[in-house]
Amino acid sequence: MTLLAVDDITVNYGRLTALRGVTLRIAEGEVLFVTGPNGAGKSTLLNAIAGVVPAGSGSITMDGAKVTGASPEDIARRGFSLVPEGRNVFGALSIEENLKVGAGMRADRHKIAGDLESVYAEFPMLADRRHDAAGMLSGGQQQMLVIGRALMTAPRIMAIDEPSLGLAPKIIDQVYEILVRLRTQRKLTLLIVEQSSTRAMMTGGRMILIRGGRIVLEGLAADMIKDERLKQAYFGFGDH
Amino acid sequence: MTAVLQIIFDALSLGSLYALGALGIALIFGVMRLVNFAHGDFIAFCVFAMLWPSIDATAVVFAGMLPFYLLIPLLLIIGAALSILSEIIVFRRFRNANPATMMIASFALGFVIRHLLLMLYSSRPKSITLWPGLGLPVDFLGAHIPMLQVVTIVITLAALAVLVLFLKRTRYGLEMRAAADNFTMARMLGVRANGVILLAFAISGMLAAAIGLILATISGTADINMGANVMLIAFIATVIGGLGSVPGAVAGGFIIGAASVVFQATLPHDARVFRDAFVYGAVIVVLLVRPQGLFAPKSAKQRV
Repeated sequence: MTLLAVDDITVNYGRLTALRGVTLRIAEGEVLFVTGPNGAGKSTLLNAIAGVVPAGSGSITMDGAKVTGASPEDIARRGFSLVPEGRNVFGALSIEENLKVGAGMRADRHKIAGDLESVYAEFPMLADRRHDAAGMLSGGQQQMLVIGRALMTAPRIMAIDEPSLGLAPKIIDQVYEILVRLRTQRKLTLLIVEQSSTRAMMTGGRMILIRGGRIVLEGLAADMIKDERLKQAYFGFGDH
Repeated sequence: MTAVLQIIFDALSLGSLYALGALGIALIFGVMRLVNFAHGDFIAFCVFAMLWPSIDATAVVFAGMLPFYLLIPLLLIIGAALSILSEIIVFRRFRNANPATMMIASFALGFVIRHLLLMLYSSRPKSITLWPGLGLPVDFLGAHIPMLQVVTIVITLAALAVLVLFLKRTRYGLEMRAAADNFTMARMLGVRANGVILLAFAISGMLAAAIGLILATISGTADINMGANVMLIAFIATVIGGLGSVPGAVAGGFIIGAASVVFQATLPHDARVFRDAFVYGAVIVVLLVRPQGLFAPKSAKQRV
């Protein structure tokens, strides 16, 4: 069943149009990989769904309820957890406090302690340093922390913006291993935005290619990777 | 020895006052990047709330007649209510405006409050006597320390302890610190923006009421401008401490308080009238050396 439906949304930053009529569906338990060149509107798409930037037109529906124009906190409370680009840990807070902020809104408070332990089991490095300031972690560790923090919200959909940005290839592999594991073990619905499409294969889901604020290509990641048009979209030749 | 003790107590009690003021400013700055220059007028408003409106020179004490266990909560509620109303009526409209616009709005709000007091109470300072017993000195290791100084220090330390416990140990305190660190990210984790901001304003208003009570007791007068001076120094304290840092604001308050008292005690007689120039000179030196403030949290910086 469709968990998230985005219908024909546009987003304008002043006179600049970042998204021009994007429509997509994410079913429960699915992985959707969004890729495209720099400035295509990928992050804008995530921010619009999260309620951080307002959609100029179109509608967003989560689990059957219309959330267009809702505040970021209300959308988060409906189960959409965005891990934004640049990681955004609360640097002055400890690792454990970062995780607890993620759980703050939950109604099932008795389950929080158990979830905290399961995040620590998933990321043992976080457990070792749970009382250290999050700002002192390395980039890769911060990426683990924000994924863990998003898990603490008990999300129905987890969206991640550029999880590999600024990380060493080895760390990127680790991050994707974790994402794939979360998907297989927890049946987590994932929406991953990544400029490089090479990782899409690992996640084994659908993929959309955005360029100039529009979806230009859509299909199974395994098929799309072989598609010549994917390369064309990046290098800019061909019609657009 | 007794002179040193005297100086220490003077420094601590003056520093307490500035620290409470700086905290009120830092909390709001933390969550919405607003430097609330109306804070000083919140302080004055709380003091005048104890008086019956009249333009006579002699104050008609009204709420101020209440026993302390009723007066203190009442004033804290008045301070919190005024502060919350300011956010709902004024600052909420400027939520997405740039910080300079918000600051000017706070100046405007301050003028409105001040002139409201002017209309109701006239510009003449009024004498107001609260708890005369607190003016009596207590002997402490041979020094005569006014009871009020001890009470001021104890109140400040208690307020700080409660605030630290609130920020560190409660869910709402955690959310407030997260929001101060990265407001948008906190909202994306379900932290309610309005809730956190209203809470910050409520606490800030209560701190203003506490300062008002202490100031009125120390000076024995109610003056429309009485909050402005504290506000200015408290603002400087937050800048020295590192804007947005709560421990920095407290430390900045105590440092300025201590600097004022030490300069007062050690400067040559002829130079004492220029004490404030020395204090502000020291502030300039501090900011030249550490423009980000003394306690700007290092860990808060992004690592890439």
